[in-house]
Amino acid sequence: MSRIQATFDSLKQQQRKALIPFITAGDPSLQLTVPLMHGLVAAGADVLELGVPFSDPMADGPTIQRASERALKNGMSLRGVLSMVAEFRKQDATTPVVLMGYGNPIEAMGWEAFAQRCEEVGVDGVLTVDFPPEESHEAFEHLQRHNIAPIFLLAPTTNEARIEQVAKLARGYVYYVSLKGVTGAGNLDLSAIEQKIPELRKHIKLPIGVGFGIRDAATALAVARLCDGVVVGSRIVQEVENSTEQDVVANVGKLVNELRQAIDKA
Amino acid sequence: MYNYPDSTGHFGQFGGIYMAETLIPAVEELRTQYLRFRDDPEFKAEFAYELKHYVGRPSPIYHAKRLSESLGGAQIYLKREDLNHTGAHKINNAIGQALLAKRMGKKRVIAETGAGMHGVATATVAARFGMECIVYMGAEDIQRQAPNVFRMKLLGATVVPVESGSRTLKDACNEAIRDWVTNVESTFYIFGTAAGPHPYPMMVRDFQCVIGNEAKVQMPEMIGRQPDAVIACVGGGSNAIGLFHPYIEVPDVQIIGVEAGGHGIASGQHAAPLTANSKVGVLHGNKVYLIQDENGQIIETHSISAGLDYPGVGPEHCLLKDIGRAQYVAINDDEALAAFDALCRFEGIIPALESSHALAHAMKIAPTMGKDKVLLVNLSGRGDKDMNTVAKLKGITL
Repeated sequence: MSRIQATFDSLKQQQRKALIPFITAGDPSLQLTVPLMHGLVAAGADVLELGVPFSDPMADGPTIQRASERALKNGMSLRGVLSMVAEFRKQDATTPVVLMGYGNPIEAMGWEAFAQRCEEVGVDGVLTVDFPPEESHEAFEHLQRHNIAPIFLLAPTTNEARIEQVAKLARGYVYYVSLKGVTGAGNLDLSAIEQKIPELRKHIKLPIGVGFGIRDAATALAVARLCDGVVVGSRIVQEVENSTEQDVVANVGKLVNELRQAIDKA
Repeated sequence: MYNYPDSTGHFGQFGGIYMAETLIPAVEELRTQYLRFRDDPEFKAEFAYELKHYVGRPSPIYHAKRLSESLGGAQIYLKREDLNHTGAHKINNAIGQALLAKRMGKKRVIAETGAGMHGVATATVAARFGMECIVYMGAEDIQRQAPNVFRMKLLGATVVPVESGSRTLKDACNEAIRDWVTNVESTFYIFGTAAGPHPYPMMVRDFQCVIGNEAKVQMPEMIGRQPDAVIACVGGGSNAIGLFHPYIEVPDVQIIGVEAGGHGIASGQHAAPLTANSKVGVLHGNKVYLIQDENGQIIETHSISAGLDYPGVGPEHCLLKDIGRAQYVAINDDEALAAFDALCRFEGIIPALESSHALAHAMKIAPTMGKDKVLLVNLSGRGDKDMNTVAKLKGITL
């Protein structure tokens, strides 16, 4: 059984919802990413989304754009991110790690080489923001061959035919984008999410995580009640940005712990 | 028979719809609506009317006799897109997309712009059709192209400076996409070049094909035959594909695209992905040849001309390169500037720095050809917007 499935199965048994924090690899420094990953797990994260920085992050708001710029300036690359996961796995064999980013760095490395390396280092899933199902055939084939789950986004604008299409290709979990906008936007509409989730459930048998625009414990709790997992990105990246290198692991841990406690009330 | 893109928006391995999920239904809707209207007699009639009475088409072809004589070889003819309303070919596409936006009930249009010509064209059509208009422009380009920024504002558009990344055209694209994903239901993205997710490369090409379709009629009227070569500058490549596409199946016409060589291909500071044999990659919704580093990060490009300063190129040009139907070359900043000066002095025409690249290549090959040979250069825009840039390069303060 995959780490992602095992994690969601165990959460389900405990009647808990998954907390899925996102950080950008290489931000604030190359040395701090692995300690941050362990810190997130210690604070209650169930699945880690590790952002692979890209020069042109079109789907991201200013907070994650700045994190990507810092990470690239620090010399972060896709190969470097994969090595970080290998390092993380030395001490954590169970927490699923999902790489999230844009397709071009993977295209440059080659999908087969990438998927093979993912399997070697212990990556569990890959979410490529700008590769919709229509353009994911090659990616899907290589990821499947190496038991890496292709994670797909669904959006408020996604119609039923597309939900069905994604249901066929998706593995691991499905990431529902809670609003029309970029990451970190502030216009999340709970009632719209509540309406959309049953439509997704008709076709999606995998766990559904919801993200984009979840900035505090109260919203995390409200969202957790509607789905299987809560993804928090920009708010955590903002905490990284506002911390010093000395206190970043502690500050992020404190924030994630607050989110954890909130979600566990769901 | 040449028939691209295929039904999924691919030109061979290039093109596609590489966009975030939120925007996929929007590009699908755009494709459906465009396919519905492109052969609609009423739509076609309205487009033709606007091109004639508002843009001033057909644009003439002009024989640059003195310039040709000075070179002592092939005759250079110019397709005068610089004489269009707003001063460049960009208006052809902006009108077409605005007419579509109107039919789709969109009251708000957004655009990215590099040199500012597409921004001006979009601001113009937005005023013409009573739409709200937001133009994203790199902060660096706002410096380089100040007169165009003022023009857009006069036309009622909001110009948003983009401070991220290299602060040029690609970053303006990123920001426009971010706006679109946020306002997808109310907003029509008037994309400026024959690139981006399907159907943009096809749709922009179709609207720009008026250039080549006119030329195919005008050249035989003028010289009794088609030219030996058609030449156009290529950034994203919309003026070029507009001229080239109608000539693809005309066998004896050579097709030459001219990229921005910047400080020279060897310097690494250029905007010439095809000439520099860049690797295939994915950016802004399509798979194309892309200037990037070994890790797949997009590298900052350089060109004297803001309109060509872009790391990618439209997917159809990538295909035309691969199948050998078109040839792509690069012209450096200084060669483009020399051509700019030459056209001013020999013909009394101030060309855009973008178009000066195409002209420079024609001037380079003309002396190697017989006097009976004919080169048709797309003079895609006029140079008024480049006064500050050129003055600065000449060490003159205006």
